[in-house]
Formats: sequence, structure tokens, C-alpha cells
Amino acid sequence: MSKKLLEIENLNVHFHTPEGIARAVDGVSFHLDAGETIGLVGESGCGKSVTSLSILGLIPSPPGEIESGKIKFNGHNLLDFEAERLRKIRGHEIAMIFQEPMTSLNPVLPIGRQVAEPLRIHQGLRKADALEKATRWLDHVKIPAAAKRLNDYPHQLSGGMRQRVMIAMAMVCGPKLLIADEPTTALDVTIQAQILSLMNRLKEELAMSMLLITHDLGVVAQMAARVVVMYAGQIVEEAGVGDIFDQPFHPYTQGLLKSMPRIAGGLAESKRRLVEIPGIVPVLTEIIEGCKFADRCPHAFEVCRQSQPQLVPINDGHRARCWLKEYPKRRKSDV
Amino acid sequence: MSEAPLLNVVDLVKQFPLGGGIFAKPRAWIKAVDGVSFAVSRGESFGLVGESGCGKTTLGRLILRLNEPSSGRVEIAGRDIMALSRSEMGALRRKMQIIFQDPYSSLDPRMKVEGIITEPLRASQQLSKKNRREVAAELLEKVGLRRIDLDKYPHEFSGGQRQRIGIARALCVRPELIVADEPVSALDVSIQAQVINLLEDLKAEFNLSYVFISHDLSVVQYICDRIAVMYLGGIVELASTRDFSVSTRHPYTEALLKSVPLPDPHRRTEPFAMEGDVPNPIEPPPGCPFHPRCLYRFDRCSLGKPPLIEAAPDHLVACWLNGGKGMTND
Repeated sequence: MSKKLLEIENLNVHFHTPEGIARAVDGVSFHLDAGETIGLVGESGCGKSVTSLSILGLIPSPPGEIESGKIKFNGHNLLDFEAERLRKIRGHEIAMIFQEPMTSLNPVLPIGRQVAEPLRIHQGLRKADALEKATRWLDHVKIPAAAKRLNDYPHQLSGGMRQRVMIAMAMVCGPKLLIADEPTTALDVTIQAQILSLMNRLKEELAMSMLLITHDLGVVAQMAARVVVMYAGQIVEEAGVGDIFDQPFHPYTQGLLKSMPRIAGGLAESKRRLVEIPGIVPVLTEIIEGCKFADRCPHAFEVCRQSQPQLVPINDGHRARCWLKEYPKRRKSDV
Repeated sequence: MSEAPLLNVVDLVKQFPLGGGIFAKPRAWIKAVDGVSFAVSRGESFGLVGESGCGKTTLGRLILRLNEPSSGRVEIAGRDIMALSRSEMGALRRKMQIIFQDPYSSLDPRMKVEGIITEPLRASQQLSKKNRREVAAELLEKVGLRRIDLDKYPHEFSGGQRQRIGIARALCVRPELIVADEPVSALDVSIQAQVINLLEDLKAEFNLSYVFISHDLSVVQYICDRIAVMYLGGIVELASTRDFSVSTRHPYTEALLKSVPLPDPHRRTEPFAMEGDVPNPIEPPPGCPFHPRCLYRFDRCSLGKPPLIEAAPDHLVACWLNGGKGMTND
């Protein structure tokens, strides 16, 4: 039995907006084992980033507020921690990589100092030692001539190099959990391949767990062991990566997979019309009685609009939030 | 083929000055587009693919004369657009429109949808206000929005809906050629499919031609009939979509195709990690611009820039391998 490193239990995060309360995260529960990589998938506004920011206590408040729930890291609920105690974990045991390296690096500090900073704060290293270790890490993430670039500023580096610096900064303290929020979305595809390869290598070396937040199903297929699919603040499906791609249960997951234009086996697919998911994501301030996906779902029937489905087991390690589990005959075969 | 192609680009060059001032000479020049030639026939979708900074967006803007080229020609239906007067150009603009990437910054937030869509018509002053509203309503319905949306402001719409408004605006003057610059890149996957299907439907209905600019190979392969791959301002490979995926000839194209993470957990591959970054365009490497990153480079590659030649029927490549024919199975 593998050890649960991170357990999120019934997390609710609300944002107080002029239009009312937005339920950005609405009863989310999942866990992450030691050494495991989970892909957290969904479209803009589905709550995947808010979930990850909650783990680190980075929800801006106001307007945001963690309504209820638990976030257990190594058995301790992070939500009970004082700011000071949380700060000791953040960047040390739990590190984060953001999407846009230009906005998450400090533009007026040289990169060497930025990479060394967590070592000085969390491990109390002396300046020279911290810089030396930072240099080793910059070398390790393949920054060419790292020792000479310690005094470079972020603007002197390319996008891919900046993301490497971000990764070095996240890794220096040897975190147990890495949260990567769309780490390659802003990068070109050849650079994305480099960064993914680097992340895979480091994960192996450090036996680290990873929460990989992305909208790119290709990245998920290549990196994750398990996948959590979110829609409008809720988990709609969770399964091993093979099940998600081979036998997705939830109509939303199915729609996401079918709406991708694919390069199939090197041969461009004959012109099949792309499957659309009609309509748009509901507004989070809206109170929806039934299933939040019902309005866009090709299978929706009365029950879907009347009451909200629960996240129920489909088979071992596979859960979905859909009435079709209880009413399998309602699934239309022609969509 | 006797008829002139709808769009003909001949040896187009655009240099941007770097530094300098009103009186000072620039420190250097960046060749954003460096001798590009291709033609697009009526009803065709032509894809321009490449990574950031390869010059694909600049090329798109040159085609519409939103930037003036440093040299070279752009011909629309046989007429050189650089030789046209202001008023002639105005008339020609109705034949070509652009759809932008970012649906948030390309619509005026203080204008209602009706005004946004009909602005190109107002410029030509041919229809009464009432007729213009009618045209706008019809177009909105064509792109999947409703008549009542005419009196709303852009902030009331989602990203995908805004992109539909941008498309309706482009269609308003009944253009023949649409330059679509990353039209779906800012959209979520499920919405992306909606907009791609819409672009396909409209193409059939209005007999449009697209110059489709994107960094996303799967989208370009889905939409386009022919694809040109750009690297550092120049085309390195140009082929039909079929040839492009079956018999890639340029090592850079191969790298692009293999870098895309496969959406298949059973075929996990070590990511195709090509070394290095795109070189600095101010000091491009000597010889083939791709050779510092190329897996197949040999001595000749750093000596001279390979010309873009027809290695196989309708398949152009700029690579020194196999006597200038690029990678080949022959």
C-alpha cells in the first residue's frame, strides 16, 4: 500500500464577486500517493488552478475564501497551519512551477540569487554555499555555462531557459511534492518537449510526487499515472490514465477526447468533422440544481436537470459524476 | 492553369531596424521575413507553421499590407498590391480580411457588437444603417450567435463567442481571402473544435481561401490543404498535407512533428528533445539557419544556405541532405 502524500477532502473555495458567490472549487476530494504523478485536467475556469493554489495557501483573500474542507499533507491539515508554518513548507517540501516564467521570476534579481534564495531561507545555507548549490542545479537543468550566467537577469534568457530556471528554483530544496501549473503552455513545441523530458528525469531522480495541471491531453497521456478531470469546480471523472483514454465514462471526458484534432499515426486523418461540445461553461455564480454539464451533454435526460449526480465508482480506481452509471440505458449510442 | 492565383507572394522580405532613432542609423536589422515565395489558389487553405519568432505573423501582416515589405511582391488576383493607390487599396481590402488570435484584445470594448461587425461596411458607405444591421444580424446567426446579441458589448461574451464575433466581422465584406492568425490558440479544447468546424463550414459556404497561421500542427493538418513550415524567417519545407505527414523531408519538420506529445498513454515516448533554442535572428548562424540544432548536419550545412527546391512533385524543401532533396526514403 503506497503512502498518501496529499489528501484533499471536500474542498470548497468561494470567491465573493459583485455578481454573487462564485463556487470556484465545489466539493473536491482526491489524493496523491508518494512518487505518483496526477494530471489535473480541465478548461479555463474549471477550478484546477484554484485547487492547486489552495494547497499552498495562495488564494487571494478577499475576494477568495476557503469555505471548508481539508488539505492533508503527510497527514497534517495545511489549512490549520499558521502563516509562518505554512511558509516553511512552501518552496521547501511543496514547490510550484507556474505557466509564465517571465511573470513569476523577479525581473530585477539575477537568476543565481533567485535560485539560491530558497536554500538560504529554508536550509539556512551561507551565501557562498547556496550559490554553489544553485549553480549545480542550473547545470543540472541544462542551463549552458551555468556558472557564468549566475548574474544574468531573467530578460536575458529565452522562454525555455527561464522555465528551466523556475524548475531549478523549485527543485533546490528537494521537495516531496511539485505542483506544476501549465508548465509548458507558454512554450514552443520543441522547447516543450525539452522541458517535459527534464521534468520526467527529475521526478525519477528525486522520487517526487507531481500534480500536473494542464489542458493538454497529450501532455497528460505522456506524463501522468492518474487523471482527475474537473468541470465547473467539480471533479467529474477520475481514473488511471489508460482508462481515461480507453474507456472514459463521463460525457464531458468523452467530448474532450473527441474534440481534439489528432495527428494519427503520422497520417493526417481524413476529414472527419470534429466533435464539438456545444454551448459554453456555466457561470460559477449560477446555482444549478442538476448536473452542471447537463446543458451541454448529448445524453442528458430529466433526472440530470433535477438533481446533482455524485461521484460514484465505475470500477476499481475509476470514479465518475454522472447519472448514466445508474441509468445506463439512457446513454445514446449514436453520439 | 491560366488564371492567376488568388494570392501570389514573390520573394518577400521584411527587415525591422533595431535601435537607432530619427537621425541615428539603426544598430542592426532583423530579417523577420527573408525571401518567402508561395501561391494560394482559390478555395485553398494554406497553412503557415512555425515557432515563436519564425516570422509567420509578420508574413500574414505583409500579405494584407498592414506592414510594408522591404522588398518583394504580394499579388492578389494578379495585381501587385504595393503598386496600388490608397483608394484602390481600400477597395481591395474588402477582398481580404484578418482574424486575430486574441479575442479579448481584438474587439473594441466600448463598441456594441453591431458596430464592431459593420465597421468595415461603414467604411465603404454603401448600405443604409438599417440594412447594415440586417447584414450584421444575418452574419451573427451564421456564426452561431443570436440577433439579440447585436446590442451587447464584447465583455458579455466568452472567449469562443468573441472569436465568433471576430469571424463575423471578417466575413462582413464578403472577402475572398482570410488570413487567420492563430484563431483558435487562445480557446479551450472543446470551444476550439466549435470554431474549427465553423471555419470549415464558412469556407464551403462563401468559397473562402484561408492563410492559416498557427504553431499547432494538429490544427493545421486538420484544416489545411498545403502547409509551409517556417524557420527564422524563411520557408524550409512546403508540401501538401498528405506529403507533409507521410514523407517529411526537412529535419526541422520532423522535429516539430515528433515534439508533439501524443494523446495516447500506451505509446509513451521519450519526448523528442532537440537540443538548443531558436537562434537569435539578429545574428543568424551561417549556412542553413537550422544546422546548429539539426541531428543530420554535415560540413556543408554551415557553409551555405540551402535553396528551396522542388525535391519531389509539389514538395519543396531547403536542406542540403541528399543533394538538396532533404531526408528521403528513396
